[in-house]
Amino acid sequence: MSAPRTESFEAIVIGGGLVGAAIAWGLCRQGLATVLLDEGDIAYRASRGNFGLVWVQSKGLGAPWYQRWTRASAGEWPRLAADLAARTATDVGLQQPGGVHLCLSEPEFEARAERMAQMQREAGNTPYEYRMIRAPELRDMLPGLGPDVVGASFTPYDGHANPLRLLHALHRAFTEAGGVYVPEAKVEEGAAAPHDFAVLAAGRRFAAPRLVLGAGLGNAELAPCFGLAAPVRPQRGQVLVTERAAEILPMPITTIRQTQEGSLMIGDSIEEVGFDLRQTPPVMQAIADRAVRSFPWIGELSIVRAWSALRVMAPDGLPIYDQSARFPGAFTANCHSGVTLAGAHALLLAPMIAQGALDPMLDPFTAGRFDVRAAS
Amino acid sequence: MFALRPERPATIEVAVEGQPLRVPEGASAAVAMLLAGIGRTTALSGAPRAPYCLMGVCFECLAEIDGVANQQACMVPARPGMRIRAQRGARRAGPA
Amino acid sequence: MSYDLAIIGAGPAGMAAAVEAAAHGLRVVVLDEGGGPGGQIFRAVEQAAGDPALGADYAVGRALVGAFRAAGVEYRPLATLWHLDPDAGLLSVLAEGRTSTLAARRVLLATGAQERPVPIPGWTLPGVLTAGAGQILLKTAGVVPQGPTVLAGQGPLLRLVAAQLARAGAPPALILETTPPGRRRAVLRHLPGAWAGRGLLGQGLGLLLETRGLPRRQGVRELRAEGEGRLQRVVWDSGSIAAATLLLHEGVIPATHISRALGLDHAWDAAQQCWRPVTDAFGASSHAQVALAGDATGIGGWEAAMAAGHLAGLDAAYRLGRLDGAGLAYRAGPWLAARRRALALRPLLDALYAPPAAILAPADAVIACRCEEVTAGQVRQAARLGATGPNQLKAYLRCGMGPCQGRLCAPTVAALIAEVRGVPVESVGAYRPRAPYKPLTVAQLAGL
Repeated sequence: MSAPRTESFEAIVIGGGLVGAAIAWGLCRQGLATVLLDEGDIAYRASRGNFGLVWVQSKGLGAPWYQRWTRASAGEWPRLAADLAARTATDVGLQQPGGVHLCLSEPEFEARAERMAQMQREAGNTPYEYRMIRAPELRDMLPGLGPDVVGASFTPYDGHANPLRLLHALHRAFTEAGGVYVPEAKVEEGAAAPHDFAVLAAGRRFAAPRLVLGAGLGNAELAPCFGLAAPVRPQRGQVLVTERAAEILPMPITTIRQTQEGSLMIGDSIEEVGFDLRQTPPVMQAIADRAVRSFPWIGELSIVRAWSALRVMAPDGLPIYDQSARFPGAFTANCHSGVTLAGAHALLLAPMIAQGALDPMLDPFTAGRFDVRAAS
Repeated sequence: MFALRPERPATIEVAVEGQPLRVPEGASAAVAMLLAGIGRTTALSGAPRAPYCLMGVCFECLAEIDGVANQQACMVPARPGMRIRAQRGARRAGPA
Repeated sequence: MSYDLAIIGAGPAGMAAAVEAAAHGLRVVVLDEGGGPGGQIFRAVEQAAGDPALGADYAVGRALVGAFRAAGVEYRPLATLWHLDPDAGLLSVLAEGRTSTLAARRVLLATGAQERPVPIPGWTLPGVLTAGAGQILLKTAGVVPQGPTVLAGQGPLLRLVAAQLARAGAPPALILETTPPGRRRAVLRHLPGAWAGRGLLGQGLGLLLETRGLPRRQGVRELRAEGEGRLQRVVWDSGSIAAATLLLHEGVIPATHISRALGLDHAWDAAQQCWRPVTDAFGASSHAQVALAGDATGIGGWEAAMAAGHLAGLDAAYRLGRLDGAGLAYRAGPWLAARRRALALRPLLDALYAPPAAILAPADAVIACRCEEVTAGQVRQAARLGATGPNQLKAYLRCGMGPCQGRLCAPTVAALIAEVRGVPVESVGAYRPRAPYKPLTVAQLAGL
């Protein structure tokens, strides 16, 4: 059987989830002829399990570069949303009214206050506004707050969006800008040389001088072929979704948000269980319990659906961004905050990839940081 | 429009939208709604809907029963004194 | 609470399995969403068996329910399974507004069937129901529709409901049969099986005779329901009629919500145009601890379901050490034969009453997903844009995300995507539902 003819592009992106699609569209936006290869329905698809926060306040304790990158992404988000709306007539539901993290005990509140203060110190010259708000004042901001709530941390930078609409809009913008999307295309073989990459998928052969790994948990296996490392592991989280309700929550909480359609999404959990997508009633119960303690009126709402999904987690929980030293032109991008970082991925990271060099601000995100730790 | 028959004596009194109605033992709250001619309106567009399958599959029979919103009325047996109201649009949530 | 066998559903299959398993000394619990045993076919039979409208073939259910009640099995009505861990044998159940956990060494899903959705224009209007719903009104409350009632579609249930309504003093004003002309001739090759199923055939002919005086039209196409805010008339290609109630029926399909949520293997049945969980002759599924019986495994009617229930009960006794291989083979023989007989007419019925293409993949303006008010046209459009299957569709539209979690829209959505992609419908896949299998409130889940 003859080998498939080579289809040449200026960039190959592997992985059609929130990370891959945002980068692919960003590259298209830079005028690069891009092909986006997506696995089939059998992929883990972390994007489909995303909660939907565009969240700043909790990110980057002890790692101010991550705080800055997250802030930058939240800052780019309005431009991303507007651009997608203009190109695809899709409203990705961005709202950035600020957000709170509720504390259900005095020790929790004190620990949170310390954490926020440390974040502000580490922010250095970039202003990091936040407030610790006690329950009496918080009750004016949030309806029906439970008696267990002691207070909350608030920052004006936080918000939320619709992850599935975002994914759909990114794909639409990509294809309408001339991007080529290939579904059911798991990478079977890859070949790498500096600025020269080829990939076999779905019986077709694609070649480009740039290649981006945005395949989430799939990156771990793909990375070595392209001179990269993506030491990511799955971390399970479970989410509950209620029936639609008339609008009630004016802003998102770390673990509770109301969607545009009116459903309340309630999370979350952090479970180290490997590639196990089962749901577990005890964890679901704990999530429900905390939600009812936060807002007793939530107890009345019916849970219509729930799911579990696997976060793409690096050893330190921060993103991984790298260009291969051995094969320049090959990049990897991994994170567990595909919605929050969509702004940065499309509008900051993609231009860097197009230019062929990651900005020094991303140096701390190299996978090499794990080797150093292992050595020391 | 639906009607009771004498073969099944209607012994259970419920209230549908405040109006008293008698239904036989074993009738569901959805049957009471159909007898009273009450449906609901959807949360999305306010379109009028009424029970379709009566066996717990379609979720068209959503009604407020004894103050609790969005119950699957076809799965709830009518009990004496039950208060059934139409579900109009999305339910309210929040402190009482 | 720990059991040998937990059975979900108390229809003919569930009841038979319970009786059989208990007879072999197994500790059995039956969880039933309904208020009393009988499933759908014998729904409310303990209250309604005396109603002359319902007939002898319904009243036979009373004996089955009686035997079930006497079998010494723990029966829990109004209990809803919302999660199952089949490996650990843990069932999460909602009953009386409280959630609890049961343990069982083996689980049998006898969850039955549901009506195939019939998406015709106007099918969401108040006043349009399924033929099964018409029967449930009669069985659970003795209630009949008033004002002109139209029955539309095809299949044995259509004739049965017509007869029952007529006996109840509320004969339908019109029966609209959607079986295409010439179909009857085409199914002649299935006639040899008809002799083995002559009992059922006899019943069918009896119903035809009984309802011969009712007005009917055959070969009906372009069925639609019309009205302002509720049904006011039914229209078809060659006529129309004022109507207050329209009862639709295009066959029944297995209810696969739980079997899909568990990730059990399913296979496409081309003859019945539906997905069926893969099982062996005793109902064992692709998971070692889970079995299925009755219409949940494929449409076969109550006598086949009852035989399947006995076989599943025997298999449970065998697997749990209460019966040896020889005993199993000996006792299974008559039930295997009974099931074969009960299913003999199936190929003919499936061929005769195959749903029309316009029902499987309706016109653009028709609502495909009732919960989220998504039209067939929107689904086709999303498929053109790249949604390759029902789960991928969720990135474009909210189909399957409403309260019914895809129970009603799954067949339609899959057929529409398959049509646009030009592939067989079975290759498009199916929704993967998750727990809770039925809604429960946040407070109920929190255990408050």
